[in-house]
Amino acid sequence: MPDFDVVIVGSGPGGATAADVLTGAGRSVCVLEKGRNHLLALEAPFDGLGHLSNDEVKFGRRHFLGPDPLLEPRSYRRSPADGERTTVGDVNNMPSTVGGAGFHADGKLPRYREVDFRLRSELGPVEGAEVADWPVDYAEMEPFYDEAERSIGVAGDHAGNPFAAWRSGPYPMPPGADMFLTTLTVPASERLGYHPYRAPTGANSVEYDGRPACNNCGFCAFYGCPIEAKGDPVAMLRRALGRGSCEIRPESVAVEIVLDASGKRAQGVRYLDPEGAEQVVTARAVVVAGGAFETPRFLLRSGVGNSSDLVGRHLMFHLQTIALGFFPFRLHAYKGRDVTHLMDDPIVGDAATEAAARAAGLPYLRGGIVEHGGSGHPIMEAMHLPAGAQHSALMADSPMRDKMVAFTMQGEDLPQATNRVDLDPGVRDVWGFPAGRITYSPHAHDVACAHHWGPRLEQVMTEAGAHGTSWVTSPGTPGSRAPDLEPMSKHWMGTTRMGADPASSVCDPWQRLWDVDNVVIADSSVFPTSTGYGPTLTLVALAIRASRALAGSL
Amino acid sequence: MTLRFLTEHEHDVVRQLADRLLPPHDEFPGAGAAGAADYVDRILGAFTTDPPTIWAGGPYSGRQGGEPGFDEYLPLSRLEELAWRTRIEGSRGLPEREWNGPVRGWQEVYREGIAALGDTPALEVDVDAHPELQQLLFEHACEASYGAPEYGGNRDLAGWRMIGYAGDVQPRGWSDAEVTGA
Repeated sequence: MPDFDVVIVGSGPGGATAADVLTGAGRSVCVLEKGRNHLLALEAPFDGLGHLSNDEVKFGRRHFLGPDPLLEPRSYRRSPADGERTTVGDVNNMPSTVGGAGFHADGKLPRYREVDFRLRSELGPVEGAEVADWPVDYAEMEPFYDEAERSIGVAGDHAGNPFAAWRSGPYPMPPGADMFLTTLTVPASERLGYHPYRAPTGANSVEYDGRPACNNCGFCAFYGCPIEAKGDPVAMLRRALGRGSCEIRPESVAVEIVLDASGKRAQGVRYLDPEGAEQVVTARAVVVAGGAFETPRFLLRSGVGNSSDLVGRHLMFHLQTIALGFFPFRLHAYKGRDVTHLMDDPIVGDAATEAAARAAGLPYLRGGIVEHGGSGHPIMEAMHLPAGAQHSALMADSPMRDKMVAFTMQGEDLPQATNRVDLDPGVRDVWGFPAGRITYSPHAHDVACAHHWGPRLEQVMTEAGAHGTSWVTSPGTPGSRAPDLEPMSKHWMGTTRMGADPASSVCDPWQRLWDVDNVVIADSSVFPTSTGYGPTLTLVALAIRASRALAGSL
Repeated sequence: MTLRFLTEHEHDVVRQLADRLLPPHDEFPGAGAAGAADYVDRILGAFTTDPPTIWAGGPYSGRQGGEPGFDEYLPLSRLEELAWRTRIEGSRGLPEREWNGPVRGWQEVYREGIAALGDTPALEVDVDAHPELQQLLFEHACEASYGAPEYGGNRDLAGWRMIGYAGDVQPRGWSDAEVTGA
């Protein structure tokens, strides 16, 4: 008799959703989370622990949400031509804690559009990229999107985005307060023919699901919410715990999937407990939801699921184009949500985009949402100013914080098999496991798109009143201002892509490993393409769909 | 004030160097006068108290209402303690701290870096000639000047006052009008 119906590896948005759906269907689950628990008590009534705060030192400088790069280093190189690695440490790290990457985000939760699921069929191939259709389309996804928005609690304006896919109903809440800087950037965008809209955001604009409305404290991205106005991930985990059939085990490091003698069925997961002692938890199925970095690392370490040699491949980040506008007055972007408006124009494209694609010898250019936002908190600004005589005067003037607007375009990152996560042969984590190594270079499409939109976004800044502009890409690209910059998008996708053919995918259309069909992947690693939108809402919607199917099969 | 790690001389040097990296301006007295040396001493000597002074508690400081919680530090896990002891104290040849090789600790960077300045007065030191010390102190001075005062710096909220920043604002937050208005 197994210990649980399902053991879930990872407690972020995907794992938390799986726990919620599976316990809601009457299944018992055990959630293994390698990070600490700072989110909620694991005994009824599951109150917040009071660890979360508006503290830039703790969250921004002292690795409070993990992973500590000393304990869990990652390595990075652009290609094998760089040698074994160029960097060891923090490489686009996401939180490692109960709640996972749900913590880091300011909660922008847009849906994808119909075409995003059919990119290969609709727009054709691109040389050097493995663009693929998803094995699910928008019509099938729509009810799961609707459920995901209600599960997390999304505030938005359903009529605001002229390019949005159809939807069966409005958002559960109206949008929250617009940040001041958008009173400048939104009209400027509209004057130049763009279509900004209020960002669908997973922060309560009114009391919702027993959690309060956001009080605009301004500590969203990279922080946990002290008042639980952000629904992801606390809402799902609290619901799962409240059913009495969910056990969360923090500081429990999944070592490997335990298979039966046939090698075709999982029996559970071997893990290290907080004292480092090896344990096994048995289950009828395993859900892996470690995110698109840890999930392939875990599968590779387990030797599971890789008959296609595709585990870890097709890594995608979003190529970010960050356009900065420097204004002659203060904008106080530290008040309220970090981003309150988006625009999809670079995804949809226009005549100028088509001309740029032709000039680059590409069939199309697809950018990403443009986020209208400000900058970070003062320690971050202080670290970016030169030390010495002018430092304090510059801090007082605040050109890089209080007087700066940032547009961030999450440019579509085309899938390439050479972009991957594998096991570093020479770097280890504190448990002695090989570190994950990232090998990543953007496709020519991504670079051309960034270089097309960077100047265009600068024009919007100027139209809005900026007296100076600049743009940069992440990761760096030749010809941009910081060509060696490493990826920092905090969006990870595509390392166990799903599909209809086991020769060209790791997971089937229900996110089960082709090789071991009682192992389900419930995170953004299953994405065949990156689209130009943030991945969280879609990975949650997919996790609902896959977990419901799994529950029905047990 | 009883120092945790720095000597009186080292504390003086850190204070004066911090003022050079982040100098006085208007009401801001400079990073040193705002408490950067106390901040550095508190992190270098973090393990002289239990829990160590690494992560301030929460959810509120009490400056904007609510019960003050920042003064109570959060305990570390076994591995978090390993990481922070390694970062602060260095690996010291201990196998359990050197899974990827030796780590030079912040205590060594300060102690040896300040010793390397010799008898040159801090106000006359060519800081650029000591890049390791300069970089670490710059980072700590930024944190000290613009972080929560519970970590030992930002005395009298001098850093936040100079830049017109309220710091932690929970549980009061900002009204919608304050967010959207000029």
